[in-house]
Amino acid sequence: MSFFEFTGTVMPRFLGAVGVTLELTAVGIGAGLVLGLFLALTRVYANRVLSGIANVYIQFMRGTPLVIQVLVIYFGLPPYFKAMGLKPLSSLAAGCLAMALNSAAYQAEYIRGAIQAISSGQMQAARSMGMTKMQAVRSVILPQALRIVLPSWSNELIYTLLYSSTVYFIGLEELSYASMKVASKTGRVFESYIIAGVMYLVMVILLSRMLAYAEMRLRIPGLSIEERGR
Amino acid sequence: MTATEILWQNVRPLFDALPVTLEVLGLLLIVGLTLGTVLAFAQAYGRRPLRALCVGYEQLFRGIPPLVVILLFWNGITPALGVPVPGIVVAALALGMRSAAYQSQIFRGAIQAVPPGQMMAARSLGMSRIQAIRSVIVPQAFRLAIPPWANEYSSVVKDTAFICVIGGLIDLTRQALMKLAPLSMRRPIGTQLILPYLIILGLFYLALTYGGNGLLALLERRLSIPGFEMKGKVER
Amino acid sequence: MPAESESRLGDVVLRVEDLHKRYGKDEVLKGVSFELRRGETKVVIGPSGTGKSTLLRCINQLSVPDKGRVWLEDVEITHARTNINHVRAQIGFVFQDFNLFSHLNALQNVSLGLIKVRKMPKEAALARASEELARVGLAEKACSYPAELSGGQKQRVSIARALAMDPKLILFDEPTSALDPELIGEVLEVMIQLARGGMTMIVVSHEMGFARAVADRIIFMEGGGILEEGTPAELFTCPRCERTGQFLRKITELYGETDGQ
Repeated sequence: MSFFEFTGTVMPRFLGAVGVTLELTAVGIGAGLVLGLFLALTRVYANRVLSGIANVYIQFMRGTPLVIQVLVIYFGLPPYFKAMGLKPLSSLAAGCLAMALNSAAYQAEYIRGAIQAISSGQMQAARSMGMTKMQAVRSVILPQALRIVLPSWSNELIYTLLYSSTVYFIGLEELSYASMKVASKTGRVFESYIIAGVMYLVMVILLSRMLAYAEMRLRIPGLSIEERGR
Repeated sequence: MTATEILWQNVRPLFDALPVTLEVLGLLLIVGLTLGTVLAFAQAYGRRPLRALCVGYEQLFRGIPPLVVILLFWNGITPALGVPVPGIVVAALALGMRSAAYQSQIFRGAIQAVPPGQMMAARSLGMSRIQAIRSVIVPQAFRLAIPPWANEYSSVVKDTAFICVIGGLIDLTRQALMKLAPLSMRRPIGTQLILPYLIILGLFYLALTYGGNGLLALLERRLSIPGFEMKGKVER
Repeated sequence: MPAESESRLGDVVLRVEDLHKRYGKDEVLKGVSFELRRGETKVVIGPSGTGKSTLLRCINQLSVPDKGRVWLEDVEITHARTNINHVRAQIGFVFQDFNLFSHLNALQNVSLGLIKVRKMPKEAALARASEELARVGLAEKACSYPAELSGGQKQRVSIARALAMDPKLILFDEPTSALDPELIGEVLEVMIQLARGGMTMIVVSHEMGFARAVADRIIFMEGGGILEEGTPAELFTCPRCERTGQFLRKITELYGETDGQ
């Protein structure tokens, strides 16, 4: 069987796996954004205790491999769930949860950095016209912070896509796991991993293009990390 | 046996596996640093075809997950070589070549962050291009590169967990994975020990990331020059 | 002229009583008291670092004073139970470095307070905002973002932003200090129009020409206290206090007199 014939026969399985990879990525980045935003706001605006707790969470998640976090959620927690009378998570649910909890910690740091990069005058100006702190955060600080954070966020999306391969370790059939299975079943190891690699590469390149376009569309003069100031 | 004793019994082997992780970490950093530096200078000062080649290399290695690179190198390429290559070398090459792509971007960014006036001033004194690079550009770029390099260091520490897929290489994660099954056999509490065990495993990596970052921060402070720093940006 | 203008002033709008503020060891305000009447333009002058900006910030509680009280009409701003956001909505503030919202264009900058604080419907708010932009001569810059405006234009937008809220008074914190000399005139011109139009305002400024031309009263501050208060004629011709005279001579010598017209 030539390389192309081989590619043709295994393609359906690979494409199915790509679907799972994209699902993990989408849930990871989306739920991670919501939780990350919450963590960042807690870090910046909450009292010392809550901010400290958020910080410990962020540092632990950023300082340990995703593999371990995936294992904790899939193998470590279920015995305790069981003791509480809850059902164990499916590997897909565990994978999505781990991706989201992990990405949230990174996104929180990006957002916090962006919030702190905004001059304190912006908050003062908003407060001076009678806005509450909440209003000021929502309609002045966050719209700016989220634009500033966009380039880092794009990187984070690429990372999330690449590191979704980590759920390989709980036997969830996404692209990496599928390529390993195909490699061992067919014996065509090199080709299998090359196909997987190329598929990741294509996804990364397409996503980068789309994000660059979005960044350009959302650009506001004078609002980015490189060229900010009065 | 109490739960703590069982746990300790299983944590001790992690210390035996630590050197493997450390060796791979050290080797991959050397590979990444060397290759990354070459790539950065080729891109900053090289000719156009060379630059394009470097960009291609970076895009390639930044677009494939570390796990897949390791699987490809170990299962796909090594057997075809016909000579036995130790797992540690393959691990360090796979992760190191990937890290080089990231490190080269860091170094290139640092080189380009040195104002162009510095090169002009050096040349105006009669220095050659190479001299100017060596005695004016590099000392400045090196300092600028430390903080982003610290991020890359944290990143690769965590990537070393993936080398557990290399057969016969018993690193921290592989060792822990091997202990999960026997640990959960210990009825009735066995399965509940998995969580604390994994968290202890996490602490090993945490110590590596924060320990290394602490040393780098120390280095940065030792080398710091008043008024000379790049504005901080959080990177993964 | 200042003497006659005193007669057109109305009731007391703002009363400041014995304000004290300390940052760590530095006592920046050491008991400042004064009154501001409706339609009055009060210019606060004095060497840098004498608490002029702190005074303004303490009035609308952007800095919380350690001691002393401030009333807006019959509402005590400094009282713990006063809704400070409600009060701030009635006091305009113009910053030295503009602080225009960087993610919003000029029109959106001016209308944001109307929409979020005054809860005005969006169309009405935008209409009102365009009027205010026209008033400061920037109708055609409505869609420009702050980064696309000159310093003078930014400061005029920020004045429009304050005006749109229909404030009882406006506090100006060195509104021309961050501007290139050639851009100062256009901002002063807007402020002069406001003063002549009967707006109540406190202006911290080094622009002596402006002070002489439109101030009803001038406060001279030094070392965290008010050294002297009087009409421009009193302060410029025969200051009661030697320091005031010295300062005025020094500043006129250094910056000359922009004629404020």
